[in-house]
Amino acid sequence: MAQMNMIQALNSAMDVMLGRDPAVVLMGEDIGYFGGVFRVTEGLQRKYGEHRVLDTPIAEGGIVGAAIGMAVNGLRPVAEIQFADYIYPGFDQIASELARLRYRSAGDFFAPVTIRTPCGGGIRGGQTHSQSPEGIFTHVCGIKVVMPSNPFDAKGLLITAIEDDDPVIFFEPKRLYNGPFDGDTNRPAVPWSTHKKGEVPAGHYTVPLGKADIVRAGKDLTIISYGTMVHVAAAAAAAQGIDAEIIDLRSLVPLDADSICSSVKKTGRCVVAHEATRFSGFGAEIVSIIQEECFWDLLAPIQRVAGWDTPYPHAFEWEYFPSQARVAAALKVAMEPA
Amino acid sequence: MQRRSRLHVPPTPARPGEAPDFSYLQLSEAGAVRRPDVSARAREIGFLSLELVRVLDDKHEARGPWDPHLDAAELEIGLRHMLLTRIFDERMQRTQRAGKISFYMRSLGDEAVAVAQCMALRPGDMLFPSYRNQGLHIVRGIPLVDMMCQLLSNTRDMCKGRQLPVMYHSAAGRLFSISGNLGTQFPQAVGWAMAAAIKGEDHLAASWIGEGASAEADFHHALLFAAVYQAPVILNVVNNQWAISTFQGYAGGEQRSFAARGPGYGIAGVRVDGNDFLAVHAVTQWAAQRARTGAGPTLIELVTYRAAAHSTSDDPARYRAKDDYAHWPLGDPIERLKQHLIKHGGWSEERHRALAAELESLVAASWKEAATYGTLTEGPRLDPDLMFEDVFKEMPLNLQRQREAMRAERNSK
Ligand SMILES: Cc1ncc(C[n+]2csc(CCOP(=O)(O)OP(=O)(O)O)c2C)c(N)n1
Repeated sequence: MAQMNMIQALNSAMDVMLGRDPAVVLMGEDIGYFGGVFRVTEGLQRKYGEHRVLDTPIAEGGIVGAAIGMAVNGLRPVAEIQFADYIYPGFDQIASELARLRYRSAGDFFAPVTIRTPCGGGIRGGQTHSQSPEGIFTHVCGIKVVMPSNPFDAKGLLITAIEDDDPVIFFEPKRLYNGPFDGDTNRPAVPWSTHKKGEVPAGHYTVPLGKADIVRAGKDLTIISYGTMVHVAAAAAAAQGIDAEIIDLRSLVPLDADSICSSVKKTGRCVVAHEATRFSGFGAEIVSIIQEECFWDLLAPIQRVAGWDTPYPHAFEWEYFPSQARVAAALKVAMEPA
Repeated sequence: MQRRSRLHVPPTPARPGEAPDFSYLQLSEAGAVRRPDVSARAREIGFLSLELVRVLDDKHEARGPWDPHLDAAELEIGLRHMLLTRIFDERMQRTQRAGKISFYMRSLGDEAVAVAQCMALRPGDMLFPSYRNQGLHIVRGIPLVDMMCQLLSNTRDMCKGRQLPVMYHSAAGRLFSISGNLGTQFPQAVGWAMAAAIKGEDHLAASWIGEGASAEADFHHALLFAAVYQAPVILNVVNNQWAISTFQGYAGGEQRSFAARGPGYGIAGVRVDGNDFLAVHAVTQWAAQRARTGAGPTLIELVTYRAAAHSTSDDPARYRAKDDYAHWPLGDPIERLKQHLIKHGGWSEERHRALAAELESLVAASWKEAATYGTLTEGPRLDPDLMFEDVFKEMPLNLQRQREAMRAERNSK
């Protein structure tokens, strides 16, 4: 097996799919000749040509709309939105069209489009290069929503997304591109080669959507998370000496509610962590499901850890980011004796 | 004839390792393009959107009907503002490299656009800039220290630490808050101008967008609203040929000029040499007169070249020919105005050097002061409590609670 960072793993997924399926095309701003501002599509235009890997005009609405048309005509477009913060000009095409095409045409039309987009903070990008808008899309019925936390999952999930006949929005936590990040900004960055999920098969494999990963089994408390916060929450629990069961959702839609509920029924305690803002965030959905399914098993109120309900400020990146300290405060409340 | 359709991929003239090639550029002779009356109807002056208005010729003489006949003192001010913009940019670039600010974007090669256009407008006009128009702020007299404090996200930052560097604003200077989301300012400028017309004011609005960003739907919304309501607005497309790695052909520039989109909507469109201070000034003044006399909006395409990297995060050696700017047919805006002034305004190499030295020390002194209000690495810092202000006019309860939680978090560390 090869060592890959998340950029290489995603590149490998698209390389594999471009090679296997002539219907797969990539499109987006600066993704062709240049290989993308994060280099995720590096070398793919050279390898597969300008009709398979398309540089596009700077028009996210146009990118998504054209991807839908291409998909309806038999292609399998993988569209990159340069930053998740720039997805909004494409929102109408996503929410009103992409997500509902199958439904409104009673299955006669569908659009297997994958939209990849880097999300999350931690690179001093300020309010327009740091957002985590996944909750906006989980609220739209008819679109799958994925966010990996490591290179192995990233590649397997992206291949699954591309092969899926339904549309998928694939969020890539950019702070994890080059290495796992546990929120400790004083520690030197670690590369993915130090992590077991940095080992990635070179060929085709899939990781299913709708199946959470139990990153660590534990009995004291359940931590439910995805993306960057999987690493932050795990580090915080370890530092507190809590025997936490850590669940990485990987896909939010479809959601693996069974894994969530069986873990919470076992531990009776739960913390939900994401980087996105708290109010109406995806965490609220998880907490509601647990409340409905596991009410009588709970030993303490479920806690949420999230970004504050403000835009992501440039100067206060680390005061905004849900730090290990924020997780620790939530763990403390969740661990209070019944 | 082809028997099948075939996907066209816009050509890029010179990639790394290839010789710079600007043969695609349609040029006109200096002085050759007619200057219609400001009351001309858009449909009568379509030629302006396809030719290239130029005043300064290769011998640095001003030619033809578009010569704005500015006096030497005015031109010296223009030169000063452009030079200051460039020196400021260079210094801030180095500052970013030294780790004092997180990010920077230079306007190298594009300086005449912001400087000449702003000088042709009135202080009451409202400007909706993009991120590469620092010359507007300089002409409007925003102190360099204020701009630097924004770049530093320090205790005197006008944005209170909330924005990425270069996203300035000045309510008093009538410079709208710059957005990181491309193109959004364009229809907003039209709306501002519509309000001016509704209120019967004499002010106009002007906005700037990159040719790359003109692909966004917002660009088209702006043109449509401007045309429908004949709003007093000047809409500027800065065609500096590149949008990060993507050549202007990908924004539609291969098939037709950007200015030509104006007539398509029923708006006057003018294509102008963006490195010719005199031509840019003249065209802007013409458009401003139209706006102020009820002749409606104008779309101006400023043909220029982004000589520097897109930003401090970018390396253009990866996607374009290395010495391309040296071959750019429209030259350098500062050099051209300087040579014109040497010929006709009593300017000289010595005076130019002295001016550069004066501006260098102005920038250095400003930096010294700005840094006392804090840098990324040292000195005073903004209070993180500020993060929770201005989300709303009144802070709601959830934010008050989160501010408490944030304070507790900071104390626990
Ligand atoms: C809606 C949106 N999409 C994408 C981006 C990312 N982006 C920032 S600048 C840029 C290129 C813009 O080029 P152009 O408009 O030609 O202006 P220039 O930088 O050349 O002055 C891109 C793609 C963005 N900021 N906003």
